[in-house]
Amino acid sequence: MEYRLQTPLTKTDAAKLRAGDTVLLSGTVYTARDAAHKRLCALADAGEALPVDVRGAVIYYAGPTPARPGEVIGSVGPTTSGRMDAYAPALLRMDLAGMIGKGARSEAVVAAMRESGAVYFAAIGGAGALIASCVERAELICWPELGSEAVRRLTVRELPLIVAIDSTGADLYKTGPAAYRKAAQG
Amino acid sequence: MKELGAERIAEAVRALCVPANRTLPPDVENAVRAAHEAEPWPLAKATLGTLCRNLDAARETGLPICQDTGMACVFIELGQEVHITGGALEDAVNEGIRRGYTEGYLRKSVVADPIRRGNTGDNTPAVITVRVVPGEQLRITLAPKGFGSENMSRLAMLKPSDGEEGVRAFVLDTVRRAGPNPCPPVVVGVGIGGTFDRVALLAKRALLRPLGSCHPDPYYAKMEQELLCEINMLGIGPQGFGGQTTALGVQIETFPTHIAGLPVAVNISCHVTRHAEVVL
Repeated sequence: MEYRLQTPLTKTDAAKLRAGDTVLLSGTVYTARDAAHKRLCALADAGEALPVDVRGAVIYYAGPTPARPGEVIGSVGPTTSGRMDAYAPALLRMDLAGMIGKGARSEAVVAAMRESGAVYFAAIGGAGALIASCVERAELICWPELGSEAVRRLTVRELPLIVAIDSTGADLYKTGPAAYRKAAQG
Repeated sequence: MKELGAERIAEAVRALCVPANRTLPPDVENAVRAAHEAEPWPLAKATLGTLCRNLDAARETGLPICQDTGMACVFIELGQEVHITGGALEDAVNEGIRRGYTEGYLRKSVVADPIRRGNTGDNTPAVITVRVVPGEQLRITLAPKGFGSENMSRLAMLKPSDGEEGVRAFVLDTVRRAGPNPCPPVVVGVGIGGTFDRVALLAKRALLRPLGSCHPDPYYAKMEQELLCEINMLGIGPQGFGGQTTALGVQIETFPTHIAGLPVAVNISCHVTRHAEVVL
């Protein structure tokens, strides 16, 4: 199926998505990768308020190249999500609705997604120049000293995504290759 | 004896940074486009089509192909008749990377300490490998290496009794374990032989070879072809969504080794296998 979705993602939106569906996502996503996740989770552990309200939000695992003068952003494709697996369950328990990245997730992340009804989207890794054209606005939210790893609020229009793992735990990274192998052998 | 100023080297390195990150070498771009043509699985074909459009977008907008503009791996062939003046070679290379990544709006992806982290802010230091060769030329190859694929690379000190089968199994297992994480379709650089350190360098150097070029020894050329077929039968596909195209090439580099050893290293590179070079 193909969907056009707007953030914030509702539970109803998330529940209807199935692994392999394509989505054009518009609205707000927050960039955060390794260093920002470490800080977000340290704040959460200490019981402090996060600089981003993660309820219903979508986090994009991405660290863009710097914007050239007069431009909104540089190349901005996804980074490997597995490095955020240590931190994602804590954010999912705070009702994070969606994650965008690339690559496999741990069982603990998938279990937390099923629990909270969240979705994991894949953006096309290595397509950063193309993805830049979907970003209409980029604002620095916190931790500028992290450079590319700082948290930014991106306003995106029709960001092309694929549902990699849905809220039931179905995983395109398992079902896709298996279906291909079956067809190729058949 | 030829004199070469350090400033000229720094400028040459600076000038490589943006082109290396904006345009793929023709052999790699052709391989991506050919894979798009040949791919039978619909989602895989669509994904490869996106990668082709991204290459067009990078060319049109001047943006880097990928936001991970890498750690700068710089390979230098230094002619032994060259005398470098006005500074140290490594300082000149790092100055070139500093200028190229800063002026070129490329991402600064290097942390000063592996455990305590802390971004250096200018993508230095580069990882510099120098080989002294006959002649009076200085050849500089910049290969920006993204870490999505670097992280999925592996090295093993196999036993001589593991033989060819052990090497093949290790290569295949490395690609299988990597799955979707290194941004397939990948290029697989394989080093066999040498020592613990040398085998990793062989694997990395293998990634610099033109895609589609074979190992000069027919024994290894055959192994490259067969491993490529076996990898593509894994069905991982572009981005790991399933499909025919998991790897664009397997390239093996070898070196004599010790009677007790069979080192093997697999350096995985993504579909953005970049490198650019200049000769001074």
